[in-house]
Amino acid sequence: MSELLQFLFSGLTVGAVYALVALGFTIIYNASDVVNFAQGEFVMLGGMVTWFAHAAGLPLPLAALVAILATAALGVAINKLAIEPARGAPVVSLIIITIGASVFLQGAAQLVFDKQIHSFPAFSGDTPLRIGGATIQPQSLWVIGGALVVFAGLWLFFTRTLLGRAVLATSNNRLAAQLVGINTNFVMTLSFALSAGIGALAGVLATPITLTAYSVGIGFALKGFAGAMLGGMGNPKGALAGGFLIGLIEALTAGYLSSTYKEAAAFVVILLVLFFMPQGLFGRKSTERV
Amino acid sequence: MKKTLTTTVPAALIALGLASAASAEIRIGASVSATGPAAFLGDPEAKTLQMLVEELNAKGGINGEEIALVLYDDGGDANKARTFATRLIEDDEVQAIVGGTTTGTSMSILAVAEDAEIPFISLAGAIDIIQPVKPFTFKTPHTDRMACQKIFEDMQKSGIQKIGMISGTDGFGASMQAQCKDVVGEYGIEIAADETYDPKDADMTAQLTKIRNTDGVQAVLNPGFGQGPSIVTRNYRQLGIELPLYQSHGVASDGFIELAGKEAAEGVRLPGTALLVADLLAEDDPQKPVVTAYKAAFEGKFNEPVGTFGGYAHDGFALLVDAVTRAGSAEPAAIRDALEQTSGLAGTTGIYTMSPEDHLGLDLSAFRMLEVKDGSWSIVE
Repeated sequence: MSELLQFLFSGLTVGAVYALVALGFTIIYNASDVVNFAQGEFVMLGGMVTWFAHAAGLPLPLAALVAILATAALGVAINKLAIEPARGAPVVSLIIITIGASVFLQGAAQLVFDKQIHSFPAFSGDTPLRIGGATIQPQSLWVIGGALVVFAGLWLFFTRTLLGRAVLATSNNRLAAQLVGINTNFVMTLSFALSAGIGALAGVLATPITLTAYSVGIGFALKGFAGAMLGGMGNPKGALAGGFLIGLIEALTAGYLSSTYKEAAAFVVILLVLFFMPQGLFGRKSTERV
Repeated sequence: MKKTLTTTVPAALIALGLASAASAEIRIGASVSATGPAAFLGDPEAKTLQMLVEELNAKGGINGEEIALVLYDDGGDANKARTFATRLIEDDEVQAIVGGTTTGTSMSILAVAEDAEIPFISLAGAIDIIQPVKPFTFKTPHTDRMACQKIFEDMQKSGIQKIGMISGTDGFGASMQAQCKDVVGEYGIEIAADETYDPKDADMTAQLTKIRNTDGVQAVLNPGFGQGPSIVTRNYRQLGIELPLYQSHGVASDGFIELAGKEAAEGVRLPGTALLVADLLAEDDPQKPVVTAYKAAFEGKFNEPVGTFGGYAHDGFALLVDAVTRAGSAEPAAIRDALEQTSGLAGTTGIYTMSPEDHLGLDLSAFRMLEVKDGSWSIVE
């Protein structure tokens, strides 16, 4: 029993990281149908900037805030400098631009910071919590909590606020959205700022567990993207469920079958789900209203 | 990231008359992975080579001849390494090559160097580089097989007969896992649990729980490098496992203790080089002056701690300088012959004695069994 509980804790820890990254994908996707492959770099920057600022003497909360704000500003810059000038280009081109931005950010990070692996102290110490014979790091609870709070925030934003609905409208039909008075440029800028900020938050919360280096972004982006696809791209509920599900499948496979097959097991499940439910578990059906 | 660095003779030195005898120069080529996935190995290697060349030229070079270092960054890409090796030999006309941060890049440089009959000193781990022996290829790092042997020797002394292994699936972890499984039988030790993790994984408690619940496991060995071993060490303490934990030489650095946390790293053992415990070496240890000098110079210049990998580059360069000095000539064939006759050369990794059958020249004594005590490395007697 304690064995199962330990596997579940392991899955929840990893799953919460995936979920947080997956949530970051939803906003930009909702605003523009673009899958932002630089999302992983935002996560990396969250961790690296916090480490850098903390090492330079800032207290940890302030360093984290600096990292989130700086990354959000960088997200805006990417939108202004790379995405906006390509306005009107097909979605595929925009996705390729985000891949370019990702390569650029990774290269810049290894020059600005360094090539070593870093970490900073966990927020509530390193003494593991014992529950029913299994253990979990307090930092895992921070990550799980962070994922839930971001999820709740996004869900409220998209369903309860005018601005959130404006984001959805922009994605649905940019021209029509402009015609009803939505400032679509502002919506795009906002979505990049929010996505980058959420990515950086994920990096801040996860770094004491996962550690950080200039090159960790791609790994985060792939797992987060897989989580978002599994749950249904663009739906915060899907991102949350997809991320946790992949983490749990990996941990249970590693625990009960073999750690060699854990990645494979997760991807088999993703393939099966997408085969029978191409929109993902919670994805919206793409219906065109005429 | 393409970056080409060329360190040539500092003109100022010549003007000052310090190197007035330098009519000819010895050209040494290097291709290391200063960027890319192996950057944290290649970066200190590149820095070490540049620093040592500057130091040596300031002292007047070898036999009165200046050293010119042509340094390329292959980014860990074996194809680029091959191109750079060709360029080093054909365009830059170097007399010897040091480099090849990873096994992959070393293998491609080796092919080019052997063809052109230019001596090549590799900085990568795999035993395949020097076995079977190739006439012009040498290497400085000990092999992962030797690391396994050193660890199993230590386990044997503590009467450990059944162990669990948790290995990274990256090249380093997978290769060492295979080598350890190959030699484990010779020590009467049985691997009762054999788990793996992806180098990007954030939590290994599932695998460790499985190992803990395997009957009769007396110790755990973690071949791996990068952040994985730090996370394994933390999870190990999180689960409260009391068995001895062995790490590999891949994480032999102060950075490992820092990343894993001093409390979690306490009691971890691994086979490391003298470089890590420079201050603790006996006064009459032949490696003491070498490691102390390198540590002081590197840390003074770059303000970052020395590591095992920069040490490999140090030794590669030291071997070459020693060979050129003894040969009294910078002809590639003469350097090769002299390299093969290297005897008792103290480097940071160990004491090198080469022979026509052995182009590595290190034995198990090059490794020192280290243990984390009170948050820093100590030597296990």
